[in-house]
Amino acid sequence: MAENTSETGHKAGLFDIRFVIGALMGLYGVILLITGFFTSQSELDRADGFNVNIVGGIAMIVTSLLFGLWARLRPIVVPEHIEQEDEPA
Amino acid sequence: MVLAADLRLDANWVDYLLVALYFGFVIGIGIIARRSVSSSLDFFLSGRSLPAWVTGLAFISANLGAVEIMGMSANGAQFGIPTVHYFWVGAVPAMLFLGVVMMPFYYGSKVRSVPEFMRKRFGTGAHLVNALSFALAQLLIAGINLFLLAKIVNLLLGWNLYVSLLVAAAIVLSYITLGGLSAAIYNEVLQFFVIVAALVPLTIVGLHRVGGYGGLKDKITAAGDGAAQLNSWPGTNLTGIADPFWSVVGIIFGLGFVLSFGYWTTNFVEVQRAMASSSMSAAQRSPIIGSFPKMFVPFMVIVPGMIAAVLVSEVAKAKASGDPKFDYNNSLLYLINDLLPNGMLGVAIAGLLASFMAGMAANISAFNTVFSYDLWETYVVKGRSDDYYLRIGRVATVAATVIAIGTALFARNYQNIMTYLQTLFGFFNAPLFATFILGMFWKKMTPTAGWTGLVSGTAAAVLVGILSKDALGSLSTGVLPLKSQGAAFAAAGAAFIVDIVVSVAVTMVTRPKPVSELRGLVWSETPRSDFHDANEGTLAWWQNPNKLAAVAGVMVIVLNIIFW
Repeated sequence: MAENTSETGHKAGLFDIRFVIGALMGLYGVILLITGFFTSQSELDRADGFNVNIVGGIAMIVTSLLFGLWARLRPIVVPEHIEQEDEPA
Repeated sequence: MVLAADLRLDANWVDYLLVALYFGFVIGIGIIARRSVSSSLDFFLSGRSLPAWVTGLAFISANLGAVEIMGMSANGAQFGIPTVHYFWVGAVPAMLFLGVVMMPFYYGSKVRSVPEFMRKRFGTGAHLVNALSFALAQLLIAGINLFLLAKIVNLLLGWNLYVSLLVAAAIVLSYITLGGLSAAIYNEVLQFFVIVAALVPLTIVGLHRVGGYGGLKDKITAAGDGAAQLNSWPGTNLTGIADPFWSVVGIIFGLGFVLSFGYWTTNFVEVQRAMASSSMSAAQRSPIIGSFPKMFVPFMVIVPGMIAAVLVSEVAKAKASGDPKFDYNNSLLYLINDLLPNGMLGVAIAGLLASFMAGMAANISAFNTVFSYDLWETYVVKGRSDDYYLRIGRVATVAATVIAIGTALFARNYQNIMTYLQTLFGFFNAPLFATFILGMFWKKMTPTAGWTGLVSGTAAAVLVGILSKDALGSLSTGVLPLKSQGAAFAAAGAAFIVDIVVSVAVTMVTRPKPVSELRGLVWSETPRSDFHDANEGTLAWWQNPNKLAAVAGVMVIVLNIIFW
């Protein structure tokens, strides 16, 4: 995030939630795409021949790549020193 | 109630693999988030360190539970387009108001919960009323979410209801006790994308089947009642108020103002997400960022409901015959069952389970914060180490989960979950907003006025509920000609008005707090600099809460006009 970039610290790396979302979407996309090629005609007929597994799989793979790209281009920087707030009693 | 066999999904190993993958990620997030929990503030408020887009998505995701997905698609199937009022009138304006007006008070006063704000502003009386009613409501709602979750697993996959209940509770418990609010919030963000990945394809396939939106409109018109189903105003079928003028008043004042502002601006489940942000402007932006996806949720929840009403023979038949026993909450499940092939079916099941679990997790993570800070630390065991309260938080999580299992069994007896919840929100939330908004802008308002306003407002709502036809089930006497959502709107409206009147009257005869104690709590006593980040001048326009809120406001008005 732009507000944090001025602070010194290390990158959050794989714990960045964007990598987590990207990874799950990517796995889903690949599995759906493969399943899509084996989806039987009778199943496809229920949706008038629209192969939602292939289309959905591709869309999820694209989403996954976008998340990965976003996380690579704008990494989260975790401050080394976290300000101690004095909590009200 | 439908027979289980009607809805048993033909899930194969690919579907189970997709569901299992999701749960692997959920637990994984809990384990990783645990590494960052070193104090109670980390556990309860994520160390106030999360970026605005994360808290913004979590903000709406926490609300995107069973009630929203099943309940709103059910409303879509039954009433059609007027259901959008729950989003465009009943959510977005209040979210924007929260971000622009109220969040500076919450975040700026450094309170750790909404009831804590109540305690600082009005002292013990109002605080106890708020903290106790909130904690109780969370346990109830967590139970309802858990019950729906177990029911879905039971219906779709054929697992025993009690086994489903226990497994679901165990998963939620494990990730919240491990990672606290961070785990809950990260999972909510992940959940959001899984739900989108499940519902968008369902909507697209459904629209493909009915011949696009035009085809859907033709089919709904052919089924009769097209004018009411396809236009958002005056929404008489939704409110149950026959007179169009009063129906519009009910929607705008009852739903749009009292119920929605009461829910979105004072409900700690939502506000807690924004409080976990890294800065004042990020906290303000959370609900505003959340309002953008919120505007478009109707298209993936209500539209599939409407499609189900014309495509699924069971739903269409029940609607044509006006069968009062039919449970519209299953509309979405029928549609999934009819349309999706194996593969996408697994994603849909994962999405539904994700939604129900996150709803429950949100209730429990808000409950444990209020219980630990507002009840235990404030009234029971004071002045112990931070470690101690972190431990109490974890114990409270376990206890809440056990109680939720009990409530889930209790919730089985309630058929129309939507009305029941609305009633609950009306009773607890509507007077809250009145008290908060008066307290924030009127420095003379006294502590006594704080709690008497809340109690009398809630009592007024209960009274309207009893006088209505059906708001409180068999307790209702039917003296007033109000039923279903219309009764909930009226109860909330009465609570709001009575709260204001009583608060003003009591303030006249009791002693206010000294002005020196009101900094950060009352608008006129707080230096403007307390309400802004030091670096606010350097933010881009889309990071400025007010400008972002203006964009969202214009968009929601345009949406309202399009679906007039």
